[in-house]
Amino acid sequence: MKIGIIGAGRLGTSLARLSLNGGHEVAIANSRGPESLELATKVLIPGARPAELTEVVRDTDFVILALPFHQAIQLDKTLFDGKLVIDATNYWAPVEGTIEVLDASELSSSEYIQQYFDTARIVKSLNHIAYNELEEHTGTGRVVLVASDDDDAKQRVVHYIESLGFDASNGGTLAEGLHFQPDTQLFNTRFTRDQLDS
Amino acid sequence: MEIGVFSFGDVQRENGKLGPTRDAITNLLEAIQLADKVGLDFFGVGEHHTEYFPASSPSTILAAAAATTKNIKLGSAVTVLSTDDPVRTYQQFSTANIISGGRVEIIAGRGSSTESFPLFGYSLQDYDKLYAEKLDLLLQINALKEHEKISWEGTFRPPLDKVEIVPQSKKPLKIWLATGGNPESTIRAARLSMPIAYAIIGGRMSRFVPLIELYREAGKQYGTEKALEVSIASPGFIAENAQDAKDTFWDAWSSTMTTLGKVRGFAAPTRDHYDAESNHDGALFAGSPQEIADRIIELHKRIGHTRHFFQMDVGQMPHDKYLKAIELLGTKVAPLVREALAK
Repeated sequence: MKIGIIGAGRLGTSLARLSLNGGHEVAIANSRGPESLELATKVLIPGARPAELTEVVRDTDFVILALPFHQAIQLDKTLFDGKLVIDATNYWAPVEGTIEVLDASELSSSEYIQQYFDTARIVKSLNHIAYNELEEHTGTGRVVLVASDDDDAKQRVVHYIESLGFDASNGGTLAEGLHFQPDTQLFNTRFTRDQLDS
Repeated sequence: MEIGVFSFGDVQRENGKLGPTRDAITNLLEAIQLADKVGLDFFGVGEHHTEYFPASSPSTILAAAAATTKNIKLGSAVTVLSTDDPVRTYQQFSTANIISGGRVEIIAGRGSSTESFPLFGYSLQDYDKLYAEKLDLLLQINALKEHEKISWEGTFRPPLDKVEIVPQSKKPLKIWLATGGNPESTIRAARLSMPIAYAIIGGRMSRFVPLIELYREAGKQYGTEKALEVSIASPGFIAENAQDAKDTFWDAWSSTMTTLGKVRGFAAPTRDHYDAESNHDGALFAGSPQEIADRIIELHKRIGHTRHFFQMDVGQMPHDKYLKAIELLGTKVAPLVREALAK
């Protein structure tokens, strides 16, 4: 598959490496343009292609939001019309500025993202595993949850997560994404399918 | 290869509760003085603002240490530069540096914990902009010649119009860029010709090998490679017996991770996870002197770092055990490392 990654920090570069190892093509963008990413791409993720944000969204099967939540909701949402988007962000109250519906857990942060990118197909995944454990825990039976209101989108992301070497598990709807956000038992905890079932 | 210690100040447990924060400061000064006596190369004090890590004012502690130690290099680890005034930072560290006879350094970070942002009235959304601007000013002040004046203008503090920043150190302070492994920060350090301090608090050490390659590659691109230097800051603990070290540090480390987890929304760590990370390529350096020395040497062969320093007092580590660990680090670990690398 062709994977687009938005954000070239610790999470973005780890996901890029994992995706390349899984046999995918990777295009990656940050807010400062592809030239700023040339060196980091060459050394850290050889084989990935630095690109403009517009290209990363246009020329890929789906994109992953691998940037801080408050930066994600400043992206130009018109670029994402009909796009399959994996939301790997988390809402951290002290960092993002106060959003009351999220502080009160009335919405999952991915429902908020879906409301912002109103014509995109949002899938919540890869948010509950630490970036430094991605490459360490691939192939160990660790579960990565996948939640969406769009079943076809969810299914495609399940295939992608499995291609990275994780056990992709159904995380329900975006609203049910509340169960694997910060301050939950599942957040940042290593578990297998058997442990999840029990 | 320099071996050292860093601390955020660690409040002791008294009758099952957190003791007074002030005791952590006198304990910390005692620890620095001991580190000097046992021949360690570096002691860093990391700015934190919590009831369990109360070292909110590193330059003050370092000035006291500067006056009461002989050889050890002293630094912040880190200064949260994003929420400080670079003029004040330079003044305070330059003062301590003068008192010490030139042994004081700054390790400047963006800030890994968030407390200082609301405390001093900054927005975390400006995280990187704050750091970039303040680092620029700090480096400019540090590079001024004798009695040279500075004019400067930015966004986050009032402009400077031909002012002399005093007291000036004889030589520029050594200023490190601290990072937890963000690629852009790594490139920034190389571009600014700065030594880099990686704090590696979890996962595998080898994860940082490509990042250090990026640092050196960027140095070639910017023509700064001669100035580049890598230090590693790790959680760790030393006791004569490896199992004692691992058990003692587990109690302290798991306590601190549980506290942090509540603040940051992640679950408490498990002993399995800890055991996996306190061996071989893991980020936690708890063990016997020989084991820790071997791991430092092994890592040095891979990344060529010039300093490795350890945070051993976390989660209400009993002070006597902490002092013993500092002693072992200075009298056992450091000589083993020096001897192996001299060959």
